[in-house]
Order: sequence, then C-alpha cells, then structure tokens
Amino acid sequence: MSTTTPAPTRALSASRTTATAARVLRQLRHDPRTIALMVLIPCVMLFLLRYVFDGSARTFDSIGASLLGIFPLITMFLVTSIATLRERTSGTLERLLAMPLGKGDLIAGYALAFGTLAIIQSALATGLAVWFLGLDVTGSPWLLLLVALLDALLGTALGLFVSAFAASEFQAVQFMPAVIFPQILLCGLFTPRDNMHPVLEAISNVLPMSYAVDGMNEVLTHTDLTAAFIQDTAIVTGTALLVLTLGAATLKRRTA
Amino acid sequence: MMNYSSRPAEEPAVRARDLTVVRGPRTVLRGLGFSVPHGQITGLLGPSGCGKSTLMRAVVGTQAKVTGTLDVLGHPAGHPGLRTRIGYVTQAPSVYDDLTVRQNLDYFAAILDPGRAAAARRAEHVTRAITDVDLTGHADTLAGNLSGGQRSRVSLAVALLGTPDLLVLDEPTVGLDPVLRRDLWQLFHTIAAERGATLLISSHVMDEAERCHRLLLMRAGELLADDTPDALRDRTGSDTVEAAFLHLVDEATAAGRTKETTR
Ligand SMILES: Nc1ncnc2c1ncn2[C@@H]1O[C@H](COP(=O)(O)OP(=O)(O)OP(=O)(O)O)[C@@H](O)[C@H]1O
Ligand SMILES: [Mg+2]
Repeated sequence: MSTTTPAPTRALSASRTTATAARVLRQLRHDPRTIALMVLIPCVMLFLLRYVFDGSARTFDSIGASLLGIFPLITMFLVTSIATLRERTSGTLERLLAMPLGKGDLIAGYALAFGTLAIIQSALATGLAVWFLGLDVTGSPWLLLLVALLDALLGTALGLFVSAFAASEFQAVQFMPAVIFPQILLCGLFTPRDNMHPVLEAISNVLPMSYAVDGMNEVLTHTDLTAAFIQDTAIVTGTALLVLTLGAATLKRRTA
Repeated sequence: MMNYSSRPAEEPAVRARDLTVVRGPRTVLRGLGFSVPHGQITGLLGPSGCGKSTLMRAVVGTQAKVTGTLDVLGHPAGHPGLRTRIGYVTQAPSVYDDLTVRQNLDYFAAILDPGRAAAARRAEHVTRAITDVDLTGHADTLAGNLSGGQRSRVSLAVALLGTPDLLVLDEPTVGLDPVLRRDLWQLFHTIAAERGATLLISSHVMDEAERCHRLLLMRAGELLADDTPDALRDRTGSDTVEAAFLHLVDEATAAGRTKETTR
C-alpha cells in the first residue's frame, strides 16, 4: 500500500493548475491547424480592414483598435466553450471531478492556457497593426496588449459559463451569435454608443464588451493612463472574474 | 500509511443501507442494502439498464439524488478525502483523444500526486500503469488513434495510477480478447492480494463472475443476491453462476407476477 500522503484537495493548487494548463496546451499542440487559425485570422482581418479603409486612416484607427479587443474575446469564447463541452461529454470532466482536482484549478488552468495563446495572438495582431499597418495609437501599445489579454480572459469566462448550457457542439457554436453578436453591435464599433437609441445605450452600458472597446479607444487617444481607462479595465476584469465564478458553479461533482 | 485509513477490521469497504437513486423521472436504485468487504473482488452483475453504472457512480460520489446511507472507506460517499483513495473507470473510456497514452497518464498522475518533488514517483507509476494494461508499445500513440479496446485500457490505466484503496471499474474488460481478459483478471487479483485493495467490478460476462470473491446480482434496480459464487450455485442448485443468475431472475419474475395477480 502507499507510503505517501497525497496532497489534499484545496480550492486552488498551483501545481494542479499548471498541470492542467500544460495539458490543454499539449492537446492544442496536436492540433496545429487550430493554433494557426487562431493566430492568423485576426492578422488577416486587420490587413483586410486596413485596405478596406484605405482612404480614411482615422476610421481604420478606431475600428482597428476596437477589433484588437474583440478578436481575443471571440476566439477565446469559441475555443473555451468547445473545449469545456468536450470535457463534459467525453467523461473526462466526471473523472477529474472524482479526483482531487479543485474546480478552481480546472478553470484557472484553462484560463492560463488560453491566456498564453491570447498573448501570442494579441502580440502578433497588435504588432502587425501598429508597426506595419500604421495604426496610430497615442498611448502605449503595451496597454493595448493588456486590454487584449483581459478581453481574452473575459472570452474564456463567457465560453466556460455558456458551455454548461450547451448539450452539443452545435448548440455551443450557436451561443456565439447569441452572446457575442449583440455585444459587437452595441459595443460602439459601428457607431459611438452615445449616438444610439437611449434604450440600446442603456443595454450597451451593462455589456462587458462595451468596456473592452472603450478601453482600447482610451489607449488610442490618450498618452497617459486615464481614469476612464482604469475604470474600463476594472469592469472587464471584474466581469471576467464574476463569470468565471459563475462558471465554476456550473461544474458539478455530482450529476444526474 | 495514511492515518485515516486505519479502521476496525470488520468495517466493510462499502456499506449501503436503503440506498435509493432517482435519475430523471425514474427511480433507478430502490432501497439497496449490501456491504463490499475489504481486500476482495466484488462483482456487480445484472442485465443492461439494471443500474450497475448508477450504483458505481453513487459509490464514487458523482451521482446526484442519492438517498439512504452509503459509506465508503469509513466516510460518506463523495467525501473529499476519498478522492485520492478511489480509482474509477467509467463505462465509456474517458481519456483525451488528442493526447498520447503517456501524456494522458502524466496529466492524471499530476492531479493525483502533484508537485515537482513527486515527479520521479509519478513517472514510475505511469510506466507501471502502462505496463499493467499492456500498452507499452503504444505509449506514444494518440489515444484517438487507438482501437476501442486499447482506449478502454488507457482509461483503466488511469484508475491504476497511484495506489487506490478502492477500485471501481465499470465493465473494464468489455470488448477485449480472451487472453487480455485473463491477464487483466490476474492483475485484479494481484492488486487485491498484494496491495490489499478492494475492487468493485461490473460485468456483463458471466464467466467473469466466477473469478470474483463475492457477487452482487442486480435486476431492475433491486438486489437479487449478495453472496459468494459457490454459495450462489449451491443455493440454486446450478452448475454455473450464469444458471444461478437466470434461476434467480425467473424466481423474481414469478414472484413479481404472483404479487401482481394477488393485488
Ligand atoms: N443520465 C441519465 N438520466 C436519466 N436516466 C438515466 C441516465 N442514465 C441512465 N439512466 C437510466 O438509469 C437506468 C440504469 O442505468 P445504468 O447506466 O446504471 O445501467 P447499467 O446497469 O449500467 O446498464 P449497462 O449494463 O447497459 O451499462 C436505466 O434505466 C437508464 O435508462
Ligand atoms: Mg453501465
């Protein structure tokens, strides 16, 4: 019999979290096409956008910066919702939760893995936009990257949460138009939010993507850290953490 | 040796009293009472849909809506302290198809026994588990590229990691060839004899029942018998456990019919 005392289950264990993150990344490594798509599509879209607005550099600046915030949110939303759904349907989630794995470890592991990918994705997209496509940012590109990362975290959180309500991959994909599209419409990408019908503006005030985009635009137009920027990023972070907690509550050790 | 595993010798590994489970609209287990003794192999047999998997999930603590008493290794089922002490194999193989066999085991081993200090011990456990299920030649193959039987062996290997005191195996030998089945049953006996572990194994295959120390025979959410194979054969005057089982089923069906007609 064992002569060792295994570590007990704690709410969060650093080594179990990193083991989970490493496992998720290892799974992705066996799927290079997904990685390529995740990393390249934002770059291609920005490139296209640059020449769609060939005549109006100002429009490219504002839409480009907004998209730098929206891409990581969408990609991470999609990969996380599918990945957790697969974890639920393949039985590995049941197995993991019968093991000494804290729910927090699992969620933090996913957030860490996809956060790493989001850093790569956003770094490439931001670099391309700022240095090659002439996106004109007044503030520091590092702040753009920071917001992109927080947006990725928010995407991961939303994806995780939503996957609890999807019984199949078909449903999971349909949550994307349901959860993401309204936010894209209302986040101020197409028209400033204060130009919208007051009802829509009020709705946009409670949607997290609005703050992701506002944050990006703050960096675009201000050299220093503005109070509005700090408020925007705090709202995005807070929402992400809140939704992650809600997501954790949907991971049930006991199921019907 | 873990402190909390010290126990009075007569305390069974699993003890159920009036165990009832509701799944959806149906009552799947109805007031079961039984004990699973320590250090032995207990077989769980019964027709498809009778509730074997449900019972195992209740023991492991992943089944919701369980009422009655269910104590596992001296704790109520689902107690957090049990999570390192139970190895569980679900009926459908639950492994990551996009990881190799070794990567799968490495990950689950890191969950069971985390930390850098344990790395050497983990590697040893992983290699041993791969050898136990005879997948050494496929250690670096993606689980998704394995045959059905090979995948279910990966799933079994995960449960063998570490040194669980209780192994709950849901049809671990289904779809495997006779040679491999024999080898695995030998392995199960070795685990019970050498490590003193308790095994609860469900099966459809009645000849496997003969290899168990004790049997729980189920039908439609109820327990038909809880006995040794020998005692079952004697009691029913049958030559095989299969015949004994059929005898008991017929008896129960007849009893059910008379109950209905007298009602
Ligand atoms: N997720 C579920 N929701 C509702 N009912 C379920 C669910 N899973 C199983 N059942 C029902 O519970 C009963 C017992 O199922 P269980 O899986 O325990 O049977 P089993 O004995 O393991 O069968 P098999 O030998 O085919 O694996 C069945 O009647 C089944 O219809
Ligand atoms: Mg079953």
